[in-house]
Amino acid sequence: MIDLYTEGDPIRDEKAPDGPIAERWDKRRFGAKLVNPANRRKLSVIIVGTGLAGASAAATLGEAGYRVTSFCYQDSPRRAHSIAAQGGINAAKNYRNDGDSIYRLFYDTVKGGDFRSRESNVYRLSQVSVEIIDQCVAQGVPFAREYGGLLDNRSFGGVQVSRTFYARGQTGQQLLIGAYQALERQVAAGTVEMNTRHEMLELIVVDGRARGIIARDMVTGEIETHFADAVVLATGGYGNVFYLSTNAMGCNVTASWRAHRKGALFANPCFTQIHPTCIPVSGDYQSKLTLMSESLRNDGRIWVPKRTGDDRDPRQIPEDERDYYLERIYPSFGNLVPRDIASRAAKNVCDEGRGVGPGGLGVYLDFADAIKRMGRPAVEAKYGNLFDMYQRITGENPYEVPMRIYPAVHYTMGGLWVDYDLQSTIPGLFVTGEANFSDHGANRLGASALMQGLADGYFVLPNTINDYLAAGPFEALDENTPAAKEAAESVRARIDKLLSIKGDRTVDSFHKELGHIMWDYCGMERNEEGLRKAIERIRELRDEFWRNVRVLGTNEELNQALEKAGRVADFLELAELMCVDALHRRESCGGHFRSESQTEDGEALRHDDEFAYVAAWEYTDAGQPPVLHKEALEYEYVEMKQRSYK
Amino acid sequence: MNITLRVWRQKGPDDKGRMVTYQVPDVSPDMSFLEMLDVLNEKLQLEGEEPVAFDHDCREGICGACGVVIDGEAHGPETTTTCQLHMRSFKDGDTITVEPWRAKAFPVIKDLVVDRGAFDRIIQAGGYISAPTGTAPDAHAMPVPKADADRAFDAATCIGCGACVAACPNASGMLFTAAKVTHLGMLPQGQPERQARVIKMVNQHDEEDFGGCTNIGECAAVCPKGIPLDTISQLNRDLLGALASGRTE
Repeated sequence: MIDLYTEGDPIRDEKAPDGPIAERWDKRRFGAKLVNPANRRKLSVIIVGTGLAGASAAATLGEAGYRVTSFCYQDSPRRAHSIAAQGGINAAKNYRNDGDSIYRLFYDTVKGGDFRSRESNVYRLSQVSVEIIDQCVAQGVPFAREYGGLLDNRSFGGVQVSRTFYARGQTGQQLLIGAYQALERQVAAGTVEMNTRHEMLELIVVDGRARGIIARDMVTGEIETHFADAVVLATGGYGNVFYLSTNAMGCNVTASWRAHRKGALFANPCFTQIHPTCIPVSGDYQSKLTLMSESLRNDGRIWVPKRTGDDRDPRQIPEDERDYYLERIYPSFGNLVPRDIASRAAKNVCDEGRGVGPGGLGVYLDFADAIKRMGRPAVEAKYGNLFDMYQRITGENPYEVPMRIYPAVHYTMGGLWVDYDLQSTIPGLFVTGEANFSDHGANRLGASALMQGLADGYFVLPNTINDYLAAGPFEALDENTPAAKEAAESVRARIDKLLSIKGDRTVDSFHKELGHIMWDYCGMERNEEGLRKAIERIRELRDEFWRNVRVLGTNEELNQALEKAGRVADFLELAELMCVDALHRRESCGGHFRSESQTEDGEALRHDDEFAYVAAWEYTDAGQPPVLHKEALEYEYVEMKQRSYK
Repeated sequence: MNITLRVWRQKGPDDKGRMVTYQVPDVSPDMSFLEMLDVLNEKLQLEGEEPVAFDHDCREGICGACGVVIDGEAHGPETTTTCQLHMRSFKDGDTITVEPWRAKAFPVIKDLVVDRGAFDRIIQAGGYISAPTGTAPDAHAMPVPKADADRAFDAATCIGCGACVAACPNASGMLFTAAKVTHLGMLPQGQPERQARVIKMVNQHDEEDFGGCTNIGECAAVCPKGIPLDTISQLNRDLLGALASGRTE
């Protein structure tokens, strides 16, 4: 494999504190340098992205007195894709008195991540989870409550306690609106300057430090240079590399990828999460996939017909001819197994020819028993908005006919490598939320993305970034600074190039083709032969893109095709790195399933002796193979063993 | 299905704009309205014409980015967002007219894209509870009666799409404003700023050139999230109470 990458020196998290795990976060906060409130107004921070991780950080740093400049590509910060998260947010409150604790949330998350995350980070996440709920309630987030006025909880995939706080099926929306309101409050207070319809297209690095960004005003096309003492990327995940995913149409990797090209290591890019409960694809015009919250698995039962090719109306299939395969294979967790396991099980039964619906790519999620047990009004109260959404999209009534679901790309555990302080390998560049390689290891548990985004933005970053900023303010810069000038020029040259090709194929046609390659070879199941083929095809496609893409119009206007062209160009580079990462990791773990590495009964088989590390990739010049840096993972508290949900 | 589209094309804020007719063949009833526009845009680009610009993002009815007037109705014939409207709501051979939101407070940027920044400024004026990070008491310190929490939630589901403004003959933004006033005003945490909030938000609403509310109710009729019209009554009660107590801001 030496042709595809080379191996460099190992990398270490220098900021990680040692000592008893419960004291590490305190220890780091005490060790971090502070910035006196009067000095904070002399320090500036750029924050890109206004989802949970970005809006919460902007609001909190603004409240602390730093000068924050915030950017989002949407027309309002309130529209960032965190808004679409449905199910809930975990917190180790133990309000249910069911044996939950910070340690248990930590344990579940390390185990759920299939032992590919850092113990120290995950423990901190669990500690902070408790404060997040308090903070959100104080802001007026209307979580579900019981008649006594106290907060309600539910259980979620992969765990056996009820620790998930929720707001009907719109938890992400309510949490984001809370963070958005806090952000707008700081805009009014003058501590945050908000730039909507702006897209970051380049990072400015001066003397080894991240000092600003080049952003394009998406209305006028103006290429703007912005400086700060530190830059925070809270730009989300890269699931749209698959074209079809549950991500919003605009979600992209450009900010992270541009930083990667400037020296930030990209960690575990192949770790993607395929969510088991999405509405199946209906045609090739399809532009996105819609998630149905996996909270549905609390009461719905998943099944397929026992016989292949059984195309009877599901209601006509008698009980003894149905295979409730999750309940059969995993009796102790049943329908609540973690996402990666549920997704692969669905793929397996469909591969056996027992899938249902168009193309045989679907399984039933059946609420008939739940309606019998709880009554229709209770089911409506709990899941009504999800059922309505399903009916709007498919035209079928899920109260009468079982829903059909199929896995879809949903979340990316990989991302820019960060240390315990959330700082990347470029000093002054911090990365939060889904954009960093995160605390979820090789697989994220349900209701943990909202937890991590808000933990990073409200509580972690505001307590670590000061350690870096204490050395500032750094030298004043202007647009003539060579590094800034060069960055702006490279952005202009790239845009000119995209507009000048005037080829035969639309941007979307390239994106779709890339998506098919990735789904087929770097999706739910991967193997050496397929990944090698994918790399070859991605290179050909990228080459054709730069010769044959058609982008009409000019830069100096709102030009959605141009915006998309830049994003797809970066996906075409990221895709190759994802395949290289998937190829080099010759083990199965979490969402990364290599068909060469499985147990006798088809479960994922890890190889801890060889692969218990974070794969952090360094960009080298175009055409040169990337360099792999390994960060060894050690487990002092949770014993490494094969996961079993049987 | 074969569809004829009449679409508003406007090159930029200063362009006069005009309706242009396009044919879209082979439309599947399972396509969303925006996927039908995608098909049109692919076709236009291959023919060398610039695609129709429209705002959209999550395409699952929650971000509030999309929104156009379809045959005179905000978000079209169903009570949902444009992205969740499917072509099965139309017939083969239909001619469909597509226009941007029309309101002085929402100037057109290009084609079907408008500037809704006024909504953000209404929130900046007071649409929040002041609770700086780290200052919160335990979440169970303040129980909220379920009925109040549910009413707050119903109002909080507003997605800020602007359909209420587009549908209102006065182009009023009062349902949007009232949804936030009600959401925060129903909760115990929202009480300390309740009076100041409503005054500041309504003042900002008026400064943004939204029209006044005359209780017509078109806003609630088109709202994809079913924000109840009586939130406006609650806003008026709060506003009167605040003014009667002598507050001006």
